[in-house]
Amino acid sequence: MSATRTAPPISRAADRGRPRSFEQANRRLKWTMLAPALAFVGLMIVFPLAFTLNLSLTDAFGAVNAGKGYVGPQNFADALTDSRRFWPAVERTALFTVGAVLIETVLGLALAMLMRKPFRGIRWVRTVLVIPLLTTPVAVGILWLLILDPTNGIANHLLSSVGIPPQEFLGSVTQSLPILMLIDVWQWTPMMTLLLLAGLSTLPEEPEEAAHVDGAGLWQRFRYVVLPMLVPTLATAVVLRSIDALKTFDILYATKGPGGGSSFEVETLNVYAYGLTFDYQEYGLASAVLVLFTLAIIGVVALLRRRPGRGSA
Amino acid sequence: MRSTRVLSWLRGAAITIVCLGFVLPIVWMFAAAFKTNVQVTDPGVGLIFSPTLDNFRNVLADGEVLQSLRNSLIVGVVSTVLSAVIAVPAAWAVGRFRMHRTGSLVLVARIVPAISLLVPWYYLFAQAGLVGSYTVLILSHMFVSVPLILWIMIGFFEGLPIELEEAARTDGLTVFGAFWRIALPLAAPGTTTASVLAFVASWNNFMFALIFSDETTQTAPVTLFNFISYASTDWGGLMAAATLMTVPVVIVAVLGQKYLVAGLTAGATKG
Repeated sequence: MSATRTAPPISRAADRGRPRSFEQANRRLKWTMLAPALAFVGLMIVFPLAFTLNLSLTDAFGAVNAGKGYVGPQNFADALTDSRRFWPAVERTALFTVGAVLIETVLGLALAMLMRKPFRGIRWVRTVLVIPLLTTPVAVGILWLLILDPTNGIANHLLSSVGIPPQEFLGSVTQSLPILMLIDVWQWTPMMTLLLLAGLSTLPEEPEEAAHVDGAGLWQRFRYVVLPMLVPTLATAVVLRSIDALKTFDILYATKGPGGGSSFEVETLNVYAYGLTFDYQEYGLASAVLVLFTLAIIGVVALLRRRPGRGSA
Repeated sequence: MRSTRVLSWLRGAAITIVCLGFVLPIVWMFAAAFKTNVQVTDPGVGLIFSPTLDNFRNVLADGEVLQSLRNSLIVGVVSTVLSAVIAVPAAWAVGRFRMHRTGSLVLVARIVPAISLLVPWYYLFAQAGLVGSYTVLILSHMFVSVPLILWIMIGFFEGLPIELEEAARTDGLTVFGAFWRIALPLAAPGTTTASVLAFVASWNNFMFALIFSDETTQTAPVTLFNFISYASTDWGGLMAAATLMTVPVVIVAVLGQKYLVAGLTAGATKG
């Protein structure tokens, strides 16, 4: 009797392949393995973000912990009605990100197509492509300060040899932001090329061969066969690059200093928030700006990840 | 036949020009490090000149640069090791148990602007009396490297055939045993790549050290930045310091190019 009562559970467990205690052990194991990482994310990211959110509703200012009274959404109102520093910073951030990422995408795609078919020396080319994106941004900034020095730099020397008058480059209010976008393009186009090359290498060859047999030219094959297949990689690459471009700080700060230059000409949201925090110690207002900035980045990423045709596919 | 040869020649020429565009500025920096200040500020002096080691001698005699390079090394190594210890098991769990929602936490950590964490960190660390310590620098650099290693390693573990671990379990190993004795050794190349990239990210980081370090703990990018303000005319010294920071990275890039590219592009092609 007792044997027949205990037999079924065992056989059912055997049918599922492994005993239930084993499944439970696995569940406990996976959370044990995740615990340190989750604790780190919670302590170093989630909790501080909540802290920032809380601080954004106060008038915290000056030395740590001084004057902390709740002022409601006042800081947000102050930021959003500030057309002197906040909105220009928003504009510059948008301009810098859209401009740099757009050029990097087009250029990166062109280079990836150029390097797609295997050739001798690909190893060295890939090494050359990896170097700019691994180089310390501060060193990159200083390097371009030397190259673009208005009187002693090689850039003006080269320009004058083709008859173009000397430029102010980073010394100029109007040229600084476009020049910094170009430096970003120099440093990050290789990343775009490497990502797209990796994407291209995973594409099947048959559709293209079929199009070739059907008489499609080089451009048609690229436009109607390769490009649509490459869209997922392109989207990921653009999202990754946009996230980083939105947050650019090192090169702007290293070349132009606090405040983004004498008339704030390269003051993006990142540089602005940094200045508010550590130069002016306006912790409340700075926190509000940072909350807005974080929300904006999440919004941009959400927007970019909503790929056309994804729902129907 | 002839036109394809012309085409491939044109392609080679185009690739060469592009590569020169990316590499020449770095070469220019290295060259300037070996020039006298008169030569650096004379754009007519190209890449052919008689090199001098004076800039390096001056920069290293200062002591501050050497100290900052050592700080960067300490912070980079410790933060990378701790990050790998935290992130590799987590990546295995996410990859093996298909916990993609938990995994997407990583993306959140990558999206959050570091600067929005600086205010609370500064508050908390200042209260704990830790500002200026290695501890703060290491913790803040881990903010970058934990998500980076997770991101790369999740894809890596997903790419490892699960059959090997299952076979090990049939042979009597526990699930953890299968991770420890089978998956982890197999993932060594991926872990190495991820760790190297995390170290480079720490080596290059500027913002955290700008705030959290003091004179004795300041890392190389901050020292370099401080150089600009008080030694802006000493271009040779600046370039020598920048070269000292860049050379390790270039060596890593040349030696590990294949693995680094694989690490950098991991996860990107899956959309």
